[in-house]
Amino acid sequence: MPEISRDEVAHLADLARIDLDDAELDHLAPQLNVILESVASIQGVAGDDVPPTSHPIPLVNVFRDDVIRPGLTPQEALSGAPEVDEQRFSVPRILGDEQ
Amino acid sequence: MTSAVTTLVPFEKVLETFDPTMGLEVHVELNTATKMFCGCPTEFGAEPNTQVCPTCLGLPGAMPVVNGAAVESAIRIGLALNCEIAEWCRFARKNYFYPDMPKNFQTSQYDEPICFEGYLDVEVDGETYRVEIERAHMEEDTGKATHIGGATGRIHGASHSLIDYNRAGIPLIEIVTKPIRGTGAKAPEVAKAYVAALRELVKGLGVSDVRMDQGSMRCDVNLSLAPKGSEVLGTRTETKNVNSLRSVERAVRYEMSRHAGILSAGGSILQETRHFHEGDGSTSAGREKSDAEDYRYFPEPDLVPVAPAREWVEELRGTLPEPPAVRRARLQEAWGFSDMEMRDTVGAGALELVEETIAAGAAPQAARKWWLGELARRANDHGLELTEVGVTPVQVAEVQGLVDAKTINDKLARQVFEGLYAGEGTPAEIVEKRGLAVVSDDGALSAAVDNAIAGNPDVAQKIRDGKVAAAGALIGAVMKEMRGQADAGRVRELILAKLT
Repeated sequence: MPEISRDEVAHLADLARIDLDDAELDHLAPQLNVILESVASIQGVAGDDVPPTSHPIPLVNVFRDDVIRPGLTPQEALSGAPEVDEQRFSVPRILGDEQ
Repeated sequence: MTSAVTTLVPFEKVLETFDPTMGLEVHVELNTATKMFCGCPTEFGAEPNTQVCPTCLGLPGAMPVVNGAAVESAIRIGLALNCEIAEWCRFARKNYFYPDMPKNFQTSQYDEPICFEGYLDVEVDGETYRVEIERAHMEEDTGKATHIGGATGRIHGASHSLIDYNRAGIPLIEIVTKPIRGTGAKAPEVAKAYVAALRELVKGLGVSDVRMDQGSMRCDVNLSLAPKGSEVLGTRTETKNVNSLRSVERAVRYEMSRHAGILSAGGSILQETRHFHEGDGSTSAGREKSDAEDYRYFPEPDLVPVAPAREWVEELRGTLPEPPAVRRARLQEAWGFSDMEMRDTVGAGALELVEETIAAGAAPQAARKWWLGELARRANDHGLELTEVGVTPVQVAEVQGLVDAKTINDKLARQVFEGLYAGEGTPAEIVEKRGLAVVSDDGALSAAVDNAIAGNPDVAQKIRDGKVAAAGALIGAVMKEMRGQADAGRVRELILAKLT
């Protein structure tokens, strides 16, 4: 049975840039474990003859022609942005370093 | 940022104690008309956020579809690098939270790259090094962040960042070498030669502009040192975005000296990314690698697998151009260039230009002379690529044609090039307009020769006495009077005819 520890939840929260306090971690770890248990029960059904799958439909090679299609105007693209400057998305100072 | 001052060990000293191991990761931006997963255009230098759509902005509900032309380019690069082509592979999500990728993941490939297990042979000082390729995989480029408020656009001290997503989603091929060992003192040059060879190969395939200055080819340099003879690899650092061939060489050199300084003082290397500084060729600490590497990759559920049919792969293999090394050997033979002349021509990025100039009728040595002399000088003075100096191979051949016909000499040809830079017309028109043609009228030349003899009686007497070498001084005087517009060979003939 898989089990997710409080430390693992804290690590995942860190990766996802979600700030969780101690009480939230205590609260979330058991909840996530319930979800994992549910998923594990599905694993019990899958026999050895069922390969792991990443896509439900057995298709390959769905390609698009290299032809330009109209996209959004800059005004449309930026319309949902909280802050805009010089026709660009303005975002808060990025913590940490460049990826 | 570490502030500790590191003692650099002189490069020659490094090799007395350590063996370097390198790993090079090169990103090549493909020159497809559209992005990897959507139909947005990919043109360089467009106004910010004018080449975007819901897919590359990561808006809810938008679905990606793979650009078939990009897959084709990826396979052709793999084949040219002697790689195996996967029979079946998938895309994967590389999860990270950073605003240059609005989806909060980059669509890449993880454990199933489309190309793997290849090699590229590179030559340094006449010796061949085989660089083994671990993989070449498909992914998408990120948006461009400009940091405001910090010094020189760096993130450090910035107050906020502005993001342009035009580049987000442009197809990239990331080519990763296996550890390159056993290069010793040649490590920096092997690294540079590898990137140069890769650039030439990709350019030959016509699948990318491979302009390092515009970021369509970028290199990350991994380096570690191990005690001489040790089989155990040392801790590596990864110097990111090293964006010229010269910088690749300098980054390897600097990191070797820096690592050796730390290791020799009993310290240990921190596994981290580093930034390269063009100004002094140094590197500085970036981010620590430890858990930032946790990307939680998983197969991309929105894209179906890519399974290139073997017939298609073989068809693409048939479209590969002659490998660069084979082509160079063939051209060198045909042109009669020495090894050094050929190396200089390739090194100057003039191979195609010289080839086209010869095809337009110029003799090989003349074509080489102009591109590596006069035109290289102009490119260098103005910070241009040779292809941008404003003169075409056909024009160079025309100029040389005028020299061959003795209409102009080499010195006057330089003035014709100046006319070409200024857009004054064809070489023949420039000669006409600027009045550059050499004087072939023997009457005028003869008079100038008589003047020179009369003006330099001592020199004339020496020639009469058999010192033919003294003729140079009279030729100079005649050329001066003719303002350079004379054929020096003909002048010499006239002088000797009159005095001997």
